Amino acid sequence: MRLFKLKGFPGTGNFRHGIHPPDNKALSDESKVEVMETPEAVTLPLLQHLGVPCKQIVKPGQTVRYGEMIGAGEAFVSASLHSPIAGKVKRVNVVTLPNGRHLPAITIHADGDQIPPQKLWDEMRSKDWPRDCISIYDPLTIVKIIHDSGIVGLGGAAFPTHVKVTPNDTRMIDTLMINGCECEPYLTCDYRLMKEAARAIVAGALLTGRAVSAKEIVICVEDNKPDAVKKLTEATEQTVIKIAVLKTKYPQGSEKQLIKSVLGLEIPLGGLPSDVGVAMSNVGTMATVARGVIKETPLTHRVISVSGRGINTPKNIFVPIGISIEAVINFCGGITKNAARIIAGGPMMGFSFSDLSAPVTKGTSGITVLTHDEISDEKETPCIRCGRCVDACPMNLVPTRLALAARYNNPSIASQYHIHACFECGCCSYVCPAKINLVQLIRTGKTLVAAWANR
Amino acid sequence: MSDTTKTQEPMTPSGSTDERGAALIHVAPSPHIKDAAAHTQRIMTDVILALLPIIALSIYLFEVYAIKQLSICVVACMGSEFLFVKMRGKSLTLKDCSAVVTGIIIALSLPGSAPWFVGVLASVVAIGIGKIIFGGLGMNIFNPAMVGRAFVMIAFAQLLGAASYENVTGLVDAVSGATPLSALKFNGVSMETAALFWGMTNGSLGETSSAACLLGGLFLVFRKTASWQIPAGILLSVVLIAGITDIAGSHSGLLLVHHLFGGALMFGAFFIATDPVTSPLTPRGKWIFGLGTGFLIMIIRLFSGYPEGVMFAVLMMNAVTPLINRWTNPLPMGEA
Repeated sequence: MRLFKLKGFPGTGNFRHGIHPPDNKALSDESKVEVMETPEAVTLPLLQHLGVPCKQIVKPGQTVRYGEMIGAGEAFVSASLHSPIAGKVKRVNVVTLPNGRHLPAITIHADGDQIPPQKLWDEMRSKDWPRDCISIYDPLTIVKIIHDSGIVGLGGAAFPTHVKVTPNDTRMIDTLMINGCECEPYLTCDYRLMKEAARAIVAGALLTGRAVSAKEIVICVEDNKPDAVKKLTEATEQTVIKIAVLKTKYPQGSEKQLIKSVLGLEIPLGGLPSDVGVAMSNVGTMATVARGVIKETPLTHRVISVSGRGINTPKNIFVPIGISIEAVINFCGGITKNAARIIAGGPMMGFSFSDLSAPVTKGTSGITVLTHDEISDEKETPCIRCGRCVDACPMNLVPTRLALAARYNNPSIASQYHIHACFECGCCSYVCPAKINLVQLIRTGKTLVAAWANR
Repeated sequence: MSDTTKTQEPMTPSGSTDERGAALIHVAPSPHIKDAAAHTQRIMTDVILALLPIIALSIYLFEVYAIKQLSICVVACMGSEFLFVKMRGKSLTLKDCSAVVTGIIIALSLPGSAPWFVGVLASVVAIGIGKIIFGGLGMNIFNPAMVGRAFVMIAFAQLLGAASYENVTGLVDAVSGATPLSALKFNGVSMETAALFWGMTNGSLGETSSAACLLGGLFLVFRKTASWQIPAGILLSVVLIAGITDIAGSHSGLLLVHHLFGGALMFGAFFIATDPVTSPLTPRGKWIFGLGTGFLIMIIRLFSGYPEGVMFAVLMMNAVTPLINRWTNPLPMGEA
């Protein structure tokens, strides 16, 4: 029955194509969120979100309190930055993030009395987040607090949340969708958050729903997370929030695919969820919104999962933003002998990197360490045009065409086959029997097309 | 804090190094995991596996003729692959098993009585001219096995004509007579449905038994090694056209049954037309390809001098495959 109709929603609970990679969530889904002690130092890049970098407003040598703003997001599509620890601004230097960007970053050394991180986490998972007196908060105030708290999407893309929730007369929001799909293999941080801090997510969802004056609020979870569904069902009792339980499939958590699954709507190519009256945000973001609005604490900490067979003890941890990835990996017992690839994010869309001094940023949902047995370094063989990439592409593209057009420097074919619609989910590369890295070629192709269009 | 990692030497944690002491942490673009079960070689071995029932039946029916033809073609195909790839100065590609598949398909599409040089020549032309000259696996426009088969069919018209099928002596009496489609076309003689279906008839080595072809073919479809749309399209249009002809000519079902189970239809639909390289990419394209192939098969069978049309139909549809791909460029989600 579920195949054809998602009960209570216009969608089917499914979308076309996609893949079923082994989710490997069992490595870390039973480990409770642990709290890391305040580190000696944090490094905070000025651009941790999509958009314009924030402006540094502290000088080296200056003392900062916990939660003090150190970078001001002045542009509309930008996000402010706050210190996750009390301490002294040490220096401003350039760091390289796992995504390859070199960015100026503020380093703060811990100094003075710290708020115990355990207290922040206990606050998050407490049962007394409000459900019914949300109406005391004025919608515009909520938007302002979200803006001031430097909140961005914690699912990975780190798009500034206030941009999504700022009222827009031409694009009314009907539905607020809270994304708890977590379709990337290995990652379990959203799952643990839903299980342990469902009330905070619900409070944040109600607040955000009020800010965008949504008629409906839907929390979307894949059907491989029944415990999360149970906790959320309890937490949403007597609220307007509905829960959509969706088919487990990658990339169910992608914005466009999720809207199709739940509401049966398609975002026009190049458009935004607001084009179909939807605002979408991650569960972690919602918990942060609740903290920001109700406890008046900015975004300074987040839950990340550190998993993979290359990690000695996979864990979910509550960490300050800016902590070095090295410290996080050491907290999880270090990497194993046969570790082969360290990835910021999940294995399908994450960035592999080698500089462990890079900090955890707002958009880091996890660290995945894969072993030599898991990664494939097989040599590419010719495309036999089997069409498996076509059957896997959730955007209904012809990946092999796009990739070969890129390889043979043919931007005209690439754009004729809608290369711009690709969001690089990796399904095509995953299924390719010739082991062609289609996604990488398509990325090249996009650059080619851009250069060709501006010629 | 443990000392498993050092800030400045991040790549030397706890022995993740090779013998030379070089770091073994890789950096590569996403996605970082790939489906281990998806492999070109596995696609080819799947096809070989699916061909086994047909091979077994051909050996049962034609005995030493089948064994001889199969060995000649497989060896000749692998030899030509080796030779032509060497001549192009490329690294060897025998490992992908595609030459073995081509060899088996050529052998199964020839009559057991065909002399050794027919099999060898068909194999050399198939691999050399049908495949490697175009750039090797994945680059060829035409199904290599059918290129080889078409070449020898025209070059040695008498050796491969209807008469050649009639001087094979085998285990089953029926296999020494005319092939079912020739018998029907030229003499108006029909055979029992059961014999046609199970394959106790004369014909090319692999085409006689629809049952064996269906068994192997359904395995391929089940494994998603062959796309189901192509055989479905072919069978649908053959049933439609043969059905209409049957009713129009009051053949009381015999003509339909002959066209469906006699000749190379099942073998072609599941094993020849489904060659991924020479068939379209998208599901819609595969339907067009299948329906078109079925239509051409029936046109050739009904109106040309040949009793069988699978080979030419597949080759003709191969030629329009790039065009079909262009017509069926799908609209991305959000634009449909």
